[in-house]
Amino acid sequence: MGLAVLPRTLWIGGALTVLFLGAALLSLVWTPYDVTQLDVANKLKGPAGAHWFGTDHFGRDIFSMIMVGARTSIAVALIAVGIGVGLGVPLGLAAAASRGSWLDEIIMRGNDLVFAFPSLVIAILITAVFGASAVNAIIAIGIFNIPVFARVARGAALSLWQREFILAARVAGKGPVRISAEHILPNIANLLIVQGTIQFSLGILAEAGLSYVGLGAQPPLPSWGRMLADSQTMISFAPHLAIAPGLAIVLTVLGLNLMGDGLRDLFDPRLRRART
Amino acid sequence: MVRFVLGKLVSLIVSLSVASLVIFAVVEIIPGDPAAYMLGINAQEDTVAALRAQLGLDVPKWQRYLDWVGGLLAGDLGASYTYRTPVAEMVGERLWISLPLAVYALVLSTLIAFPAGLLAASRRGSAADVGVMGATQLGVAIPNFWFAMLMVLIFAINLRWVSAGGFPGWESGLLTGLGALTLPAISLALPQAAILTRVMRSALLDTLDEDYVRTARAKGLTWRQVLWRHALRNALIPVLTIIGLQFSFLLAGGIIIEQVFYLPGLGRLIFQAISSRDLIVVESVVMLLVFAVIVVNFLVDIAYAAVDPRLRRR
Repeated sequence: MGLAVLPRTLWIGGALTVLFLGAALLSLVWTPYDVTQLDVANKLKGPAGAHWFGTDHFGRDIFSMIMVGARTSIAVALIAVGIGVGLGVPLGLAAAASRGSWLDEIIMRGNDLVFAFPSLVIAILITAVFGASAVNAIIAIGIFNIPVFARVARGAALSLWQREFILAARVAGKGPVRISAEHILPNIANLLIVQGTIQFSLGILAEAGLSYVGLGAQPPLPSWGRMLADSQTMISFAPHLAIAPGLAIVLTVLGLNLMGDGLRDLFDPRLRRART
Repeated sequence: MVRFVLGKLVSLIVSLSVASLVIFAVVEIIPGDPAAYMLGINAQEDTVAALRAQLGLDVPKWQRYLDWVGGLLAGDLGASYTYRTPVAEMVGERLWISLPLAVYALVLSTLIAFPAGLLAASRRGSAADVGVMGATQLGVAIPNFWFAMLMVLIFAINLRWVSAGGFPGWESGLLTGLGALTLPAISLALPQAAILTRVMRSALLDTLDEDYVRTARAKGLTWRQVLWRHALRNALIPVLTIIGLQFSFLLAGGIIIEQVFYLPGLGRLIFQAISSRDLIVVESVVMLLVFAVIVVNFLVDIAYAAVDPRLRRR
């Protein structure tokens, strides 16, 4: 398949995602300015000249902070997706392999339970009690990813278990664990990737919200949510402080969502025809 | 139907019990000694001991849990450690901001989503459809607290149409109160309206594909008549469910928006309690929000089944 037939959403979304992933990775080795270095003489500069996005109330370079903030956001959201995939997918596969058993019942009931909780409130509770930190934000967001992936994995695996090639594998003497790992998992990977991009973007939003209320990554580590919180009292005379981090969040989330839509269309062309 | 409701009622009770256990465990057991936590690291040992006795921490954990749940059921949420007032009283006051805010946002979200979804579905593939769907992509990508800040910048700081935050109190008049809640409600409603528009559109498109719609067209009804009489009614079922679920989301999501606008609602109560380490308030308010969310979801399930008999069999 040539690149030209890739869905347009995938192009735009992919480009935005690569841009922010690139900025995050680049910030590990290089940023235009040191984000911990204060330069009060140049504080609250507008976006111009040496500082592309301006400087904050301590004279720190906003562009550099956005780059490092990308790293924080992406790391938190990505690890939270990892927790969801790592625990949710095996649970979903186990539930599907033992359909109708007590194990299936327990896993699915547990799922419903976690789904019933307002995730934001629980995340706030967790970070409030155990202390505000990026790690606790990851855990708080990650827990709510587990039932999402368990449900997707189970739903997709259930229909595969009815197929002939699975029956063939069973006749060949393979146990449910091996069948799940060798035959089911590769066939549901597409769905998991699409769900992964969605949860990734929700994770970015959740991290921004938590760090906005002071329960995410702690200073001096820049994060987009806290940059927004800091800018709030200065918004009347330095609105540029609030624009850059907000746009960064919107473009990252938009990019991931578009990429998710594009991937879904790519993996399932029937859906594309049905939807447009 | 009775069996269905009973089944849902059992899972409601299980959910609430597990929720209370989890919250109790997170707040009172895992961090170690709540009294020491609340007083901070520099506390004197006898002060901690005195607070332990005052909070009733010297009885067994299961006894404390039962006392707490029993209190909740009787409407007694305990007393705030910092304010020395009953938590139920504090919550009662704050609820009169958080609850109207959630309802206001729900109304706005519905008012935006209905026409937008209807327009997109009835002119599928047109420029209007593409425009609406593009707007919903943007709507779900914008963090609502950032949107709120932008609205403060535009409408409060630049245009000076409204105040940037705070709440004058309902005693200064219904319209003044609603006015103070308007920007918060719009910010809260925006992402929800985007989601609801999409649900509305796809539900309508699904029903427009149904045989009964073709039949109605074949018997001579106009496109408009079919849309209003047949498609819209059937599309409403999933849409109403999402509206119900959104209410709980708006109630919980309001806690961040309240921070942006300095609204003295449940959200501010939680964050004030967190910074003053007032665990009793945190615990009770979180439990209350979780309770509201779980109960609303339960009611939505029941209403859904009452409207659509096909669902009762599950």
